[in-house]
Amino acid sequence: MVHEQLKQYVEKIPNKLLEELEAHCPASKLKKAAEKLCEEYLNANIAPGEAVGLISAESIGEPGTQMTLNTFHFAGVAEMNVTMGLPRMVEILDARKSISTPTMEIFLKSPYNKGKDIRDVALQIKETSTSYFVKEFTINVTNLSIELNLDQEKIREVHTSVKTLAKALEKALVKEASIKLVEGDNIELKLKGKDEKSLNVLYKLKEKLKDIYVTGIKGIKQVLPVKRKDEFIIITAGSNLKKVLELEFVDTTRTVTNDIHEINSTLGIEAARQAIIDELLKVIEAQGLNVDLRHIMLVADTMCMGGSIKGITRYGVVSEKASVLARASFETPLRHLTNAALVGEIDYLDSVVENVMLNQPVPIGTGLPRVIAKK
Amino acid sequence: MAKKQSEETKTPEEVEEKKVSPEELEDDEKIEGTDVAKSEEESITPEGEKEKIVSKEVSKESLSRAVVESTQQYIYKKVKSIVFGVLSPKMIKKMASAKIVTPELYDKEGYPVDGGLMDIRLGVIDPGLRCKTCSSKLKECVGHFGYIELARPVIHVNFITEILNSLKCTCRECGRILLSDDKVKKTVKDLEKVEQTEGLDARRDAIKEFIKSLKLIQKCPHCKAKQYKISLEKPYTFKEQEKTIGPIEIRTRLERISDDDALLLGFNAKVVRPEWMVLTILAIPPVTVRPSITLESGERSEDDLTHKLGDIVRINQRLFENINAGAPETIIEDLWDLLQYHVTTFFDNEVAQLPPARHRSGQPLKTLSERIKSKEGRIRHNLAGKRTNFCARTVISPDPMLGINEVGVPLIVAMKVTVPETINTWNMNYLKKYVEKGPAKYPGANYIIRPDGKKKKITEETKEALLEELQPGYVIERHLLDGDIALFNRQPSLHRMSMMCHRVKVLPYKTLRLNPAVCAPYNADFDGDEMNLHIPQNEESRAEAELLMQVQTQLISPRYGLSVIGCLQDAISGNFVLTRDLQMSREDAIELLCNVGVFDFKRLPNKKLVNGKEIFSLILPEDFSFKGKTKSGELVVIENGQLKEGVMDTHSIGGEGEGVLLRSLHKKYGADRTIEILQKIFRLGIEVLMKRGFTTTLADTDLSSEATEQIQSTLDKAEEEVQQIIQLFYNKTLETFPGRTLKETLEMKIMEILNRARNTCGSLIKKHLDKTTHTAIMAESGARGNILNVVQMSACVGQQALRGKRIEKGFKQRTLSCFKRNDLSPEARGFVRSGYKAGLNPKEFFFHAITGRDSLMDTALRTPKSGYLYRRLANAMQDLKVEYDKTVRDASKKIIQFHYGEDDLDVSKTESGVIDVKKIIEQV
Repeated sequence: MVHEQLKQYVEKIPNKLLEELEAHCPASKLKKAAEKLCEEYLNANIAPGEAVGLISAESIGEPGTQMTLNTFHFAGVAEMNVTMGLPRMVEILDARKSISTPTMEIFLKSPYNKGKDIRDVALQIKETSTSYFVKEFTINVTNLSIELNLDQEKIREVHTSVKTLAKALEKALVKEASIKLVEGDNIELKLKGKDEKSLNVLYKLKEKLKDIYVTGIKGIKQVLPVKRKDEFIIITAGSNLKKVLELEFVDTTRTVTNDIHEINSTLGIEAARQAIIDELLKVIEAQGLNVDLRHIMLVADTMCMGGSIKGITRYGVVSEKASVLARASFETPLRHLTNAALVGEIDYLDSVVENVMLNQPVPIGTGLPRVIAKK
Repeated sequence: MAKKQSEETKTPEEVEEKKVSPEELEDDEKIEGTDVAKSEEESITPEGEKEKIVSKEVSKESLSRAVVESTQQYIYKKVKSIVFGVLSPKMIKKMASAKIVTPELYDKEGYPVDGGLMDIRLGVIDPGLRCKTCSSKLKECVGHFGYIELARPVIHVNFITEILNSLKCTCRECGRILLSDDKVKKTVKDLEKVEQTEGLDARRDAIKEFIKSLKLIQKCPHCKAKQYKISLEKPYTFKEQEKTIGPIEIRTRLERISDDDALLLGFNAKVVRPEWMVLTILAIPPVTVRPSITLESGERSEDDLTHKLGDIVRINQRLFENINAGAPETIIEDLWDLLQYHVTTFFDNEVAQLPPARHRSGQPLKTLSERIKSKEGRIRHNLAGKRTNFCARTVISPDPMLGINEVGVPLIVAMKVTVPETINTWNMNYLKKYVEKGPAKYPGANYIIRPDGKKKKITEETKEALLEELQPGYVIERHLLDGDIALFNRQPSLHRMSMMCHRVKVLPYKTLRLNPAVCAPYNADFDGDEMNLHIPQNEESRAEAELLMQVQTQLISPRYGLSVIGCLQDAISGNFVLTRDLQMSREDAIELLCNVGVFDFKRLPNKKLVNGKEIFSLILPEDFSFKGKTKSGELVVIENGQLKEGVMDTHSIGGEGEGVLLRSLHKKYGADRTIEILQKIFRLGIEVLMKRGFTTTLADTDLSSEATEQIQSTLDKAEEEVQQIIQLFYNKTLETFPGRTLKETLEMKIMEILNRARNTCGSLIKKHLDKTTHTAIMAESGARGNILNVVQMSACVGQQALRGKRIEKGFKQRTLSCFKRNDLSPEARGFVRSGYKAGLNPKEFFFHAITGRDSLMDTALRTPKSGYLYRRLANAMQDLKVEYDKTVRDASKKIIQFHYGEDDLDVSKTESGVIDVKKIIEQV
């Protein structure tokens, strides 16, 4: 609800500023304050023609020289190792498909976020393979079978049963082995197929067994419940946003991953843009550097403009440029020139480098205004 | 391949120049094998006509001006667009001015041979000769292309994939594309749609996909002929069913492809026919592109391109002869192959499977592709980067007595680098003075430029005559004077504050001088740094420099909206000392202020002893109020120009994102006033220290015996604690952190304990440190160093961390051979217990050196990495600008943001990126 006296400014001043004004200003001063605010706002407006792109590039590129190369997150006692610093920045801006340390921050719904069964919940998320449950592998040489001695406690911990475990094994080893539940809650495996029943195959099978996925969420390699402020969250190594969001005890509104492509595929490009901004800010702030949000937003917007994430590389944003010479001046000039020649591409000299090449005024900033003669 | 559509005014003297424009990009042209511009018919634009009329009218007015006007005809010539294409054989022949038939270069007299590669019809590179084509002299003639007819066709390497695709996708019998007519229509439509919606690049990808699908078709849908698999044997042999298809066959097949089908394969029939990719005629670049150098011995050294062309012509001649003589097929094949090799390396000497052509010395030739490519290539080195005259570069040194927006220029430089000034009736006498003085005396002049553009050097002999000659319209290149505008720059130019406009101040000695306050934006120090100085040469550039680049205008960084320029080091500690605890007699205060440049003492309280706060207040404007905090969190209050409370430190007057007081001054009083005040604050700090004295001594780091004892006991305690934990670890009774192994937990705990111990030392030292020592003052004011440095000097350097862990590497399971294996004690894993002053023991020293080396490597590796990141960012975003409708768009007018930063605010005009609403309310 905007105050009566402020109505005329709604179009002129961004809402955020108006709201702040309304919240803090006594009614008597409102009109004058609004006038002043409007004036200041317009004074601080960006000038048309300003090369905002270059300013943003400078603002992000310049502190890059001050960043350290090998920083790992090392703040608290119990944090995950996450790539930070320049390598992480390069990773984000390249829009790499696979990042070096994917992690998630999983927020939980109450009562879990107060610490209820936190260890339990965490273990449910973690990807667990057979070896976690097995106390002992016994290889029976005479009848070529493997017996798994299971740790019941661990099975209960993760809320599964021997049956599901057996099923998982069966599914993964349909061709190789038959599964049988034996005495108590142990599992016995027998090699399938008549031929090549040898000890070697059995040993190989044993190795394979260890890595068979049983429960949890694929891709989450490590979980770490952490108390942040006054609630518990789970930090993970490895990321699988889609599957995690499907869990009922997860607070879907706050849970994040640092894998931008994953965010893009589950939540869409707008979320991905925000993720790029957040991740870049995180890197910059961890280094104690100060870069205005606007610059980061502009970079994120350039990357996400086309509806998909494009890295700041020769295959991404730069390849989208209309001008042949601009592309050629970046990387692989020959390829761009030959390709342009084949289709008879026309360079209309709209951007900066081409005009620099031809010794002409650049259509940006003071090179932009023209005198229009009266007819 | 460049065809330019020029939009220009037609003036009689310009028609000559017109021919020139297409050749500007000669190098690129040849790489395509290819085509130079037809100049489009000139068209007179309306604006152009107007310009002409205006100039006529003016010429009637006065005679003297007419002289000027006639020579200064403004020719508006602007390249509007560039069309890329491939040169057709016809075009090559048409644009060539000579047919090259002999590999010889010069005859016995050293005169270029007719029909040779240095034929003077291709342009001249020797002084005294005239070009046979355009009859102009050296430097006037831009050169002309020639051509050679190849005895047998040869494949152009740069198009090898295109040729392969074309062969694969078309019928070997009828030349039609391997697709039925209906499908052709559909694909054409699809491609058009893709191009319209997503652009040329997407179309290229779509074609690639579609070509892939065609490769498998076995039977031509048109003539039903069976198709065979065609493969490319790199670098340039095509095989069909194990049988080589020679360039002649390839060419005939490509010729059969219709224009419409070619379109589907990605060729635009208007600019390229597929068969042009197999060369029958080769364009010879003008000699001006490959000038020979005359060595000191008088010998000529030819350009790499000339060498390569020589090879081509030679082999071509031999091939001709052999064919005519009816030599056996194998010999012809061999020669043909050799010709192909030479033509290939002429275009690209870095083809993967081919041995590069080499000089006799063994160093590979630099042919066309290498000329264009990479950082040293034509595009990035010569086209995107330019060189300038009227600039200077030397070592820099500081001079706090200079204004912040001044630059001290050595006299020698001031007499070499000049400013052109045009004579008019009013400044004639003033400018004549400089000519009289000549080039050897300081403020003089070096050259005069006649209205016809002739440049005359002023010497003792010519001086008199030139003085006589001077009249309005002449230009004098006079020496630099105080107050002239100069651009000052230090590489790497990472942000816009790396190049700012300063006022010249001519000074003795040989270094460029600058006020230390601007070190921060340039990131300069004086350990041997050099900087560049440029002098703008016309009114437009001077105006632009002054309005947009002057130091004042760059005070606020566009990166974070705070002051980048501020006090540093001594200036900060000086003001800190002054405002904290200095008192002096009124006389002394007045002397101090006079030195700073303040002469109005009305506001200085009239009492015997004045304190520092009162002195400092005199610099501030009378109506200035401010509230802030010091580095340590105390309040700073300024009311009506009086510093009431608090001390000045880096938080108030520092640079680089600090200096809140400066930011607030800037907001209220504008850039010029702020610079002035900053200059005074800076000077005040230094003057105070000059009077008071300021140094640092070893004794500053001395600790009382009580403090030493406490520190030693904390360290002892910490080590003991670590030992206990290690014991727990061995007993396996250590409780693990969730998600961690036992070992990891142990390491974490140890690190934590040791860091805690050092921090306790820090606070202990803080408590015991004598606040009046200069080291403490520096640390506390933020002028230099911090308390941690003091701790490291006087107490304990602390744990040396390598990649976020304690040091582990070295020998098997131990860091040094003097430790036991698996020794986890602090000492054995890089904990440096001693401080720098007491000295490190050998083991500690070694661990310290490890981390020192690691951080050195870090910097060395980081610089190129971040440089590349920056280059990519800049390249990707350089075209983005705010349009008049406030949207942010790129060069092709695609919208990137509807409002810049979502609120249209310019960061450099805000305070730290926000508009302070509360402050506004307060002020109303």
